[in-house]
Amino acid sequence: MIILRLAWQSLANRWLTATLTILAIAVSVMLLIGVEKVRTGARQSFADTISGTDLIVGARSGALNLLLYSVFRIGNATNNITWKTYQEISKAPDIDWIVPISLGDSHHGFRVMGTTTDYFKRYHYRRTHTLEFAEGKPFSDLFDAVIGADVAAQLGYKIGDRIIVAHGLGSTGFLEHDDKPFRVSGILAKTGTPVDRTVHVSLEAIEAIHVDWQSGARIPGQSVSADEVRKMDLTPTAITAALIGLKSKLAIFRLQRAINEYRVEPLSAILPGATLQELWGLVGTAETALAAVSAMVVVTALLGMVTMILTTLNERRREMAILRSVGARPATILSLLVAEAALLIVLGALTGIVLLYATLIGLQPYIDRVYGLYIAIEPLKSSELISLGAIVLAGVLAGLLPALHAYRLSLADGMTVRN
Amino acid sequence: MAAPQIKAVAPIAAPDIVAMSGVRFAWSSRDSFRLAIDDFTLQEGERLLLIGPSGSGKSTFLSLLTGIVTPQAGCINILDTDIAKLSGAARDRFRGEHFGIIFQMFNLLPYGSVIDNVLLPLSFSSERRKRATAKGSAEAEAARLLTELGIEVSLIAGASAASLSVGQQQRVAAARALIGAPPIIIADEPTSSLDRNRQQAFLDLLFAVVAEAGATLVMVSHDESLAPRFSRVAPLTDIARTERGGGQS
Repeated sequence: MIILRLAWQSLANRWLTATLTILAIAVSVMLLIGVEKVRTGARQSFADTISGTDLIVGARSGALNLLLYSVFRIGNATNNITWKTYQEISKAPDIDWIVPISLGDSHHGFRVMGTTTDYFKRYHYRRTHTLEFAEGKPFSDLFDAVIGADVAAQLGYKIGDRIIVAHGLGSTGFLEHDDKPFRVSGILAKTGTPVDRTVHVSLEAIEAIHVDWQSGARIPGQSVSADEVRKMDLTPTAITAALIGLKSKLAIFRLQRAINEYRVEPLSAILPGATLQELWGLVGTAETALAAVSAMVVVTALLGMVTMILTTLNERRREMAILRSVGARPATILSLLVAEAALLIVLGALTGIVLLYATLIGLQPYIDRVYGLYIAIEPLKSSELISLGAIVLAGVLAGLLPALHAYRLSLADGMTVRN
Repeated sequence: MAAPQIKAVAPIAAPDIVAMSGVRFAWSSRDSFRLAIDDFTLQEGERLLLIGPSGSGKSTFLSLLTGIVTPQAGCINILDTDIAKLSGAARDRFRGEHFGIIFQMFNLLPYGSVIDNVLLPLSFSSERRKRATAKGSAEAEAARLLTELGIEVSLIAGASAASLSVGQQQRVAAARALIGAPPIIIADEPTSSLDRNRQQAFLDLLFAVVAEAGATLVMVSHDESLAPRFSRVAPLTDIARTERGGGQS
């Protein structure tokens, strides 16, 4: 139809402003949907960090704090669990497996974690994935260490390299356990979880490097050499936390209550999934703010489109007078302008989605590597489709504004164009 | 309702194609400009030249005649239809069917092709489409008119309207007004942007195609030197009383 072809040619005639308008809409759509994708991706990534662990036990503290330091290596433990208590708990009949962890030391900013070799079998991430060794094997000697993929990559370590563990968590701690160096026995494959940024040693090793320490400092005049320490009893006196897997999920709450009510020592047992929900409740406000900002960007882009159409309206008044003279109704002119806005917004939205997926595909490995966030590339969810629909609808409604203005102009102009 | 098609020009015997009486009009939203037409008739086949300086109400008169605006009172009978009583949509359709309009300048949609510009009115008028396709395709009819108006064949096919000279644009506009043989051709100062020689050439062509189509021509101009070509010349003041009331805001 000629009128549609002419309307298209009119738009094509203004291709530069039209393209910029489409791009502005595209970027805003990309931002809005992208924020949503990253948000859900981050949640999924956090949720994927620990799988198959039913309970985490630590000294009594906030559930969130316990989860953050035991799994995500964020923050510090407030207290320890005695070894005796740990052994008591591990006797509970519901328990399938229990892995102790001991934190508090670091190596060049990476946390050192004492544990048992069970950890490499029991720790699951991304639902069913277990830890795999890229090179080497679990620790067998007292001073063996297994390092995460990021530790190896950033510090350039190979199997057999000697590393020195620093006391405390500062990246430049000058209190070093330099009398008892470790040897890299294994390097774990990349997981996209905090495991990549952890140095794993045996619980006994943690005990060994602290035999001649007390209250965070070397005991003056006492020095136990690495060889001497091997002959000592290195049963740990305390651990930081323990990961527990149960035989039956039905026992989770029973055991959780039993641990929380343990009389000898104040303890906390948490469910990782439930505690993550608590975390989302906390960061929800920030997410809402981010979503609001991206919604405002969409509004800005729509305003830009309205401005673009309005500014071209004046020069298009002749076009409209001509259309009126050949019998076009004002309603036809109105619908042409609304159709133009609709076309711009739909093209903008589609371009935005294409840009978003291109960016996600392009940046996914980088984000995974640098932030440990694995953003899954999935088709648009229904909620995102609803957002898109709302944007298109808002754009068409916004397009009514210049269209109604043109409608009034074309009624008032009559046969001539008045300026 | 359509008037009988009279090919020969016979002004005295011809019936009225336009009859206005008691028309009162004021632009509502703008200045207090008012226009009144007590009695005005136009006979079929007439070539009327309306003379008046700019701002004298010529555009308002043409807007009333073509039904782009409606008067507050009075009737405007065109081909026995009182367009003042038609709905907005019906008036738009009526205009598309019965009027061919040539503007002073900027007549064409600049990005459209020559042929699309000429064929545009047929999208809004089934009568004109029927007449334009009576002897073949609408495109062939458009090409015939354009050739008659002196547009080279090479321009008809592809050129965009913006690439034409002003004189060529006016001739394409004339072809658009004439396609499908609407009974009334309105020309609003169509020659004011042309130089003297091209004015004459354009009017020669326009008169020839209007005569061939048997249409009635109403042309508005401030240039009285064009008068000899027309069957009737009238200053707008003879037809309409205009008034710019005091107390304008």
